[in-house]
Amino acid sequence: MNQEYTEIVKDHFFHPRNVGRLSTPSGSGTVGNPSCGDVMTIDIIVENNIITEAKFQTYGCAAAIASGSMTTELIKGKTITECKKLSMNDIIKQLGGLPEEKTHCSNLATEALQKAIKNYQKNSLL
Amino acid sequence: MKQVYMDYAASTPVDSDVIKSMMPYFSKTYGNPSSTHKHGRLALQAVEHARKQVSSCFNVDPETFLFTSGGTEADNLALKGIAFQHLPKDLGKGPHIITSTIEHPAVLQTCKQLEAYGYSIAYLPVDETGLIDLDQLKETITEDTQLISIMYANNEIGTIEPVEKIGNIAHKHNVLFHTDAVQAVGKIPIDLSKLPIDLLSISSHKIYGPKGVGALYHTKDITFDPLFQGGGHEQGKRSGTLNTPGIVGLGKACELSQKRLKKDISQLEQMSDYFIKRLFEIESSTLNGHPTKRLVNNIHFRFKGIEGNALHSLLDEKGISIATGSACSSKKIQASHVLLALGLTPEEAISSIRFTIGRLTTKEEIDYVLPIVKESINHLRSISPLWKSNK
Repeated sequence: MNQEYTEIVKDHFFHPRNVGRLSTPSGSGTVGNPSCGDVMTIDIIVENNIITEAKFQTYGCAAAIASGSMTTELIKGKTITECKKLSMNDIIKQLGGLPEEKTHCSNLATEALQKAIKNYQKNSLL
Repeated sequence: MKQVYMDYAASTPVDSDVIKSMMPYFSKTYGNPSSTHKHGRLALQAVEHARKQVSSCFNVDPETFLFTSGGTEADNLALKGIAFQHLPKDLGKGPHIITSTIEHPAVLQTCKQLEAYGYSIAYLPVDETGLIDLDQLKETITEDTQLISIMYANNEIGTIEPVEKIGNIAHKHNVLFHTDAVQAVGKIPIDLSKLPIDLLSISSHKIYGPKGVGALYHTKDITFDPLFQGGGHEQGKRSGTLNTPGIVGLGKACELSQKRLKKDISQLEQMSDYFIKRLFEIESSTLNGHPTKRLVNNIHFRFKGIEGNALHSLLDEKGISIATGSACSSKKIQASHVLLALGLTPEEAISSIRFTIGRLTTKEEIDYVLPIVKESINHLRSISPLWKSNK
């Protein structure tokens, strides 16, 4: 396929990890717009300030799907503070790089994650 | 791994007889066709033979065809060649050129440039199947209108425009009619001796000929400005040393295309009907374009809940080459102007893909591709937040 994709991207595109929704998430975040070609949803379960479970869904290209998969893999077992620091470049680095025009796809994943964290923090204040 | 090519609208493999016909004109008969010595005369003979092959494919005289570097140049030459005969300030309000919103970029971008130069261009919309409205065309023509340029068949969705009716309307109003027939040649019989067409663009590599060569048909009494200034080749209409091997290849490709036309059409029709029928088995699948007035090799579908580029990548990994209805730019995905012109939402456009089959496509290939397409769509839908099965 697109030769510019790394083996890691291909692996996460063909065999995405953590696909789906959680039935009782601590927090959820959806970003993007179908008319722009990508939508990302991330659900998280937080216990003692640590993300113990994460799932994602993506409508988008290979890079967007791989970014969702990689992001959910990276955040499991990490503290909320650590996850808040997770940047687009961290995801790209873990994927072994992304073509220039696809870098915004990994941004979508981190934005969905930050939204899910905010949603969790809001829920936990209730 | 098995490789399946289903992007014949993008390009086709060069026919072995075409290659054979071209071979002597690289290093054996290499003279410049414009030279008057024997080396030159032999090359010129080959060029003129090719011109006959091309023109007889369309049932017109050889001098009505001039050779170009391809379909894009032929389109540019037709539009600018006509427009540049008058400065915009010497023309009335317009529209000076009438075209459609679903033209190939070779026409559309040329019109945008002409607009920037001060010419007035009208872009006719199309209905949800890709057809222009003939009444609207009639209403748009004014006494300032110089040219109508509407494609014979659309390159993305394959919709065939009513060119005969368009030409009749144009001629009734004393307006010239140009059509981009790049995708139509070899899939529709085109008899230019009977059709009201003044200018017609063709391309070699879409009909099993080499890349980098095309031609522009023009009725004998038509005058237009050349794009290039130079040695005055092609009766001053197209300067630049003639591409002998390419032109010979185009000639042979046209001859073969004419010879095989009936067989090609029935074979392609049978296979695309089968392909379309089987793709409809996929839940929430829709055929884009016109159900019947479509090119026999075009299969353009959208599948709800998936993103076309992702499907493209999955199929590419399996050795299957297709085209999508969108292009990835730096910030977002750009849906095709053609699909949006049909009234599709950006989401629908982005979920579209195009298969175009050709002479070498087999039913076995289609049967090989179908389950892979189905699996790939299921895979993407299982990841997609936009997908909910109705079953």
